[in-house]
Amino acid sequence: MLGTGILKGMVETAKNFAGSYHDPERLTTVEYPEQRIASKENARQFPFLVHDTEDPMKGLRCVACQICEKECPPQCIYIVKSKDKRADYKGQMQFYPATFDIDLSVCMSCQICVEVCPFESIKMDTEFELSNTDRFGGLLVNKHQLAKSNEHYRKIHPTEAAASDAALAVEVAKAQAKAKADVEAKAKAAAEAKTKAEAAAAAGPVGAPASAPAPKPSSPAAAPAA
Amino acid sequence: MTLPFAIIAGLTVGSAVAAMSLRNMVHCALSLVLTFAGLAGLYLQLNAEFVGLTQILVYVGAVSILIVFAILLTRSTEPKDEPSTVTPWVGISVAVGAFLTMALAVLASPVGKRIAAPAPEVSVKTLGQKLMTDYVLPLEVMALLLTAAMLGAVIIAMREKEGK
Amino acid sequence: MAELFAKLDALPVTLKHLLLGLLPGATPEWLVAVVSAVLSITPILAVFPLMFALTTVIERKGLGRIQNRIGPNRVGIPLTDIRLFGFGQFIADGIKSLIKEDVVPRAADKVVHFLAPIALLIPVLLTYSVLPFGKNMVPLDLPQTGLLFFFAVGASTELSVFMAGWSSRNKYSLLGAMRAIAQMVSYEIPLILSALTVVMIAGTLSLPGIVESQTELKFGFLYTWHLFTPWGLVGFFLFLTAAAAEANRTPFDLPEAESEIIAGYFTEYSGFKFAIFFLAEYLGLFAMCGLGITLFLGGWLPPVKLAPFTWVPSWCWFLGKLSALIVLFIWLRGTLPRLRTDQLMGFAWKFLLPMTLINLVVAALWHLSANSIPLVARWPLCFAMLAIPYWLLGRGFEAKFTKREYRFAN
Repeated sequence: MLGTGILKGMVETAKNFAGSYHDPERLTTVEYPEQRIASKENARQFPFLVHDTEDPMKGLRCVACQICEKECPPQCIYIVKSKDKRADYKGQMQFYPATFDIDLSVCMSCQICVEVCPFESIKMDTEFELSNTDRFGGLLVNKHQLAKSNEHYRKIHPTEAAASDAALAVEVAKAQAKAKADVEAKAKAAAEAKTKAEAAAAAGPVGAPASAPAPKPSSPAAAPAA
Repeated sequence: MTLPFAIIAGLTVGSAVAAMSLRNMVHCALSLVLTFAGLAGLYLQLNAEFVGLTQILVYVGAVSILIVFAILLTRSTEPKDEPSTVTPWVGISVAVGAFLTMALAVLASPVGKRIAAPAPEVSVKTLGQKLMTDYVLPLEVMALLLTAAMLGAVIIAMREKEGK
Repeated sequence: MAELFAKLDALPVTLKHLLLGLLPGATPEWLVAVVSAVLSITPILAVFPLMFALTTVIERKGLGRIQNRIGPNRVGIPLTDIRLFGFGQFIADGIKSLIKEDVVPRAADKVVHFLAPIALLIPVLLTYSVLPFGKNMVPLDLPQTGLLFFFAVGASTELSVFMAGWSSRNKYSLLGAMRAIAQMVSYEIPLILSALTVVMIAGTLSLPGIVESQTELKFGFLYTWHLFTPWGLVGFFLFLTAAAAEANRTPFDLPEAESEIIAGYFTEYSGFKFAIFFLAEYLGLFAMCGLGITLFLGGWLPPVKLAPFTWVPSWCWFLGKLSALIVLFIWLRGTLPRLRTDQLMGFAWKFLLPMTLINLVVAALWHLSANSIPLVARWPLCFAMLAIPYWLLGRGFEAKFTKREYRFAN
């Protein structure tokens, strides 16, 4: 009959009204600045740069490859590559960002920079209270403000951070194994050269080509990098 | 002539003049509404409450809406800058002539001489009783007409929906 | 004891006479009349805008609760931690609208744009002058034409809406005004027709007279509110529906549908003019509720003539009933979605109008059969005569509106 739907709806809203006073199911709002709900693990707001060492500027993983700058859909990232190089976490010599700015007012929190970064160096933060009283300078976030430690990353996104750490550990182990193999190969080559020289000296010119098969890297270590 | 009468009469005549002379049609319509309201005020001053309030209900409430809708639906409300081509003198002389004829006729008639007689207190009840006894035929004809119009509107509205 | 309550009941009237008595003896007649009028107007101008202010806060809080959230609860006394459950909000809102910039569009018709809010508020306030707020408490007693005055003055708000919409030179404003006028003109007919039943039964257009017509007692204690008759019960709900449409309340708030036409006819109004539109809208709703109370809910009468009910002053009964109706409208606003324009018009012409006409006939039958049929049979008979058309008309509506077909989405 006409009107029964209205009555049903009114009963429902009345239940909502009365329930909001005693039933937490029917009052899901929290009063924000005083009450907060714990951040969800998959929350993302604004990127930050991961650093590994005590000094944020020295330990930035970013190598200023500028992939994120190119991929960023709203073009909010601005990077200037450094002139010199420095050793990264693997000990490899790399560039580092002399300038790394993100325009907060342009960023749309899409996480594409995170997805394209091959160095696990830019991640999404869960911090959302980003308002600023200076609407020009204050909204351009520089690398000093962007740098946050890996511990912070582990705290806000435990699962993602574990995966990221594992990937980095593999890289480190690879690098170490390669370095070791290099050293061994060098040593072997040197030894061979020595024996060859000795042999040549002893038995004339009989050369044997020597090749050093690169040893397989050890199984991926779960230990965190650096 | 009392002060309220002067105010209401001035308002009525002034807005009537404005309704004729303003260039923007909607302004004219709004001035005309003010004239209607002034007339209602005059009725109220004459202790004809029912007539005065009916005047407001019908003219200010309904007829004015009809007028503004007619203006909006038929022509642009933008005032045109072209000067009026017809000289107003012919119209003015005709209007003055008509008014003088009517005024003379009214003054000559015995209507004016009955001013001293006390106006009968006409209540809504007597109006209703008159309508239901002496004037029942016109009332019924009007009622039939209006009801037919209203039912017709409802039926037209219903047909349209079913036809779709 | 009873005397004390009677004195409390007549308190506003005695207060007015006391204040009038303070005038010096040599005061001219017209000045006494003016002072008397001012003394009658002042409480209306104080009580109802205050009620509007409180209603805005209560409405927001209530709607919040209905939508599983808390609603405004912060603004209290400035510079302290006292929050008053958010009831300082309306003062903050009032100050804000007072000091906001008044923006008038460059293309707007300045004079009409300026006059529209005034032309809307004045008729709305005028409607209060004939409402009986309590025993012997009617500011302007029109024994011949009280109800007609209410409707006549109320009808002139339509033109103000048109003025606001047209003068803004904004398509949304004009659309809103057109919708508002079409809606108000359509719903005025069921509104007046449903009120007409009461006039027919009470035999008077005077609003205090209509309240008096409900003072008879049934069974020795129950007042004969018109609500307690079948035609009154149906008529009251028809009246409420039409009143909601006249006052542009949800679910009939198409003239200011935010999702479609911004704010309708007052899109181009800001600052205090906007506040006046807002105020006029709520005052119009209160006046409609007040009229509904007077016509169907016994005005300032208590429901039964028993001791604790009769102790409450008559004006408290009126304000209490008014508050209850306002709560009902807030509840409806929290529940119902907005109608489409064709549904709105169809509802007025195909459902409300036939129902009011049938109601008029049933009321006449009720009145004429008063002596021939006993009440026990008369009540169900008349109710059935209304319920069956309601069911039939409603069935047609449901058949039309339950299943909606999408031509392209399917």
